Amino acid sequence: MLGFISSRLLQAIPVLLVVGFIAFALFNYVGDPVNILLGQDHTEAQRLALIKELGFDQPFFVQYGRFLWAMLHGNFGISYRLAQPVSSLIAERLPATLELAITASVLAFAIGVPMGVYTGIHRNTLLSRLFMTGSLIGVSLPTFLLGILLILVFSVWLGWLPSFGRGPAVHVGAWWTTGFTSWAGIRSLILPAITLGMFQMTLLMRLVRAEMLEVLRTDYIKFARARGLTNRSINFGHALKNTLVPVITIIGLQFGGIVGFSLVTETVFQWPGMGLLLVQSVAVVDIPVMSAYLMLIALVFVLINLVVDLLYYAVDPRLRIRR
Amino acid sequence: MLARAWDSDLAYSFRHSPVALIAALVALILVLAAVFAPLIAPHDPMDVASLSLMDSFKPPIGMPDADWSNLLGTDNQGRDVLSAIMYGMRISLMVGLLSVLFAIVVGVAAGLLAGYAGGLIDSVLMRIADVQLTFPSLLTALLVDGVITAALPRTMREALQIYVIIFAIGISFWPNFARTVRGSTLVERNKDYVMAARVIGVPSWRIMVSHVLPNVTGPVMVIGTLNLGLAVIAEATLSFLGVGLPPTQPSLGTLIRFGDDFLFSGQWWVSVFPGVTLVLMVLAINLLGDWLRDALNPRLR
Repeated sequence: MLGFISSRLLQAIPVLLVVGFIAFALFNYVGDPVNILLGQDHTEAQRLALIKELGFDQPFFVQYGRFLWAMLHGNFGISYRLAQPVSSLIAERLPATLELAITASVLAFAIGVPMGVYTGIHRNTLLSRLFMTGSLIGVSLPTFLLGILLILVFSVWLGWLPSFGRGPAVHVGAWWTTGFTSWAGIRSLILPAITLGMFQMTLLMRLVRAEMLEVLRTDYIKFARARGLTNRSINFGHALKNTLVPVITIIGLQFGGIVGFSLVTETVFQWPGMGLLLVQSVAVVDIPVMSAYLMLIALVFVLINLVVDLLYYAVDPRLRIRR
Repeated sequence: MLARAWDSDLAYSFRHSPVALIAALVALILVLAAVFAPLIAPHDPMDVASLSLMDSFKPPIGMPDADWSNLLGTDNQGRDVLSAIMYGMRISLMVGLLSVLFAIVVGVAAGLLAGYAGGLIDSVLMRIADVQLTFPSLLTALLVDGVITAALPRTMREALQIYVIIFAIGISFWPNFARTVRGSTLVERNKDYVMAARVIGVPSWRIMVSHVLPNVTGPVMVIGTLNLGLAVIAEATLSFLGVGLPPTQPSLGTLIRFGDDFLFSGQWWVSVFPGVTLVLMVLAINLLGDWLRDALNPRLR
C-alpha cells in the first residue's frame, strides 16, 4: 500500500516538472517582466539592478531551479495587474472556488446517480425517456448559456435568487472563508452550483445507466434473482456496487473538469473565485497569475488522481488481492 | 457512384434513423443560412451606416410593438438580431471546422507516427498527450490563446485573433485523435498485409499513408464530428469570456455576451436567440456524431 502511494507520487513528479517548465517559460519569455515592473520612467542602472534582483542574468537552469524553489515556498511573484503577491490573491479566492466546485460535485452525484439507476432499471418508462432526452440537451448546452438562462428565469423573471456575487462570506480560521453560514450566502450558491454541476450530472447519469445495463445482464445477477433476493437488494446491493469503479474514476477526473469550468460559471455569476481571477488575468496578460494558476491546477489534478487510485482499493477488493 | 453511395450500409442506416434525418435537416438549414447570409439576411449587421438608434431594442415578433422587418427584434444599436445570428453562425462554424481540421491533421500525424514508429517517439508523444488530457481542453485553449495574444504585437492582435483562436482550440483537441489513431495503428501495423508491403520494400511513410490511414478514418470521423460540437462550444465560451474573437467579428458567443448586459433591463431576446441557435447547432452536430458512431460500430448497438 505504501509502495503503491510512493510510486504514484513518483509518477506525478515528471508531470509537475513539465507543467512547472511551461509556467516558467511563460513567466520569463512572454512579454518582458522587467519592462512591465519598471513602468515608463527608469534609468539604465535601475533596470540592471532589477534584472540582477530577478536573477535574469543567471544561466537558464539556475533560473528554472530558482523558479521551482520559489513555487515550492508558495512564492508565485507579484501580479502585474493588481500589484499584490499572487499567493495572497489565490489564497483569498481559493475557498470560494472550492466551495462552489464541491457543492456542484455533490449536487451532480446526489441527483445524477439516482437518475442513472432509475433509467438503468426502468429502461422504457416515459420518465426514463424524458431523462435521457434531457441529458442530451444538457450535454449540448454550453455552461455559460445555462447560467444566463437560469439568471433570466430565476433572477430576472421570478426574482427568487441572486444573480451575482457570493453573498456575505464569513472568515473561518485564518485563511478560509465560507458562504454557508448565512441564508443569503446559501441562496447565492444555488444557481452557480446548478450551472457548474449540470454537465457532470448528465454525464454521471448516462454512465451509471450504461454500467447498470451492463451489470444487470451478468450471470451473478441472474443467480441472485434465482436465489429469490429482493429487487431492492439486487439493484442496490449487487448491481450498483459494481458500477462504482468507473463512476469514481469519472467523478475524480471530472472534478478537475469542474475546477476548469468554474472559470466560466464564475464569470457568468461574478463569483469571486480563482476562475474569475484567471479570466481577468488572461484578458490583460497577467503572466504571474496565469503561471501560478497553471501550477496549482496541475497539483490539484495530481492529488485527485491519487485519491481516485486510493478509492479503487476501498471500493474494489479484487484489486487488493492482485498485488 | 451516387447509386453506390445510396446503397451503402451507412446511407441505409441514415435513411432509417429519424433522429439522424432530423438532425441533418436542422444542421443543413443552419449551414445554408450561414453560408448564404449575405444573400438572404434581411439586413447587413456589418453595415454601420444603416443602423439607427431609433430602431434599438425592438422586441421579436409576438410581442407588442414588434415589427415584421426585424423578426427576432433588434439590439441596443438597432442591429437586426436575426441577421446578426446568421452572420455570427458563419464565424462560429468556420472557427469550429478549421480548428477541428487542425486538430485532426496534428492528431492523426502524431498518432500514426507514434503507433508506427514506437519506441522513444511513441512515449514522448503519448506522454505529452497524457499531460494535456489531464487538463480540461477549455483551460488549455484559454491559456494558449492568452499567451499567443501576449506574444503578438498590439497592432496585429485583432487581425490575427481568429487564427489564434483556431490554433488554441485545435491544439487543445489533438490528443483525442492521436490516441485513437495510435491505437488503430498498433493493431494494423502487425497485420499480414502491412508485413507483405514491408517485405516488397514499400517505404514506411507510404505504408502509413496508404495502408494504415484508410483503416482509421472511421473513428476519426466520429471523434471529429463530436469534437466539432465541442469546438463550436469552446469558441463561443472563449468569445463569451471576452478573450475570443474581437467585437468586429461577432460570433454567436460574442452576440450572447453583448446581450448578457441587457438581461436585467428586459431585452432578453438579444442574448437568448443567439443562444438557442448555438444549442440547436451543437445538438444537431452531437446527434449526427452519435448516429455516426453507432452506424460505423455495430457492436455498440
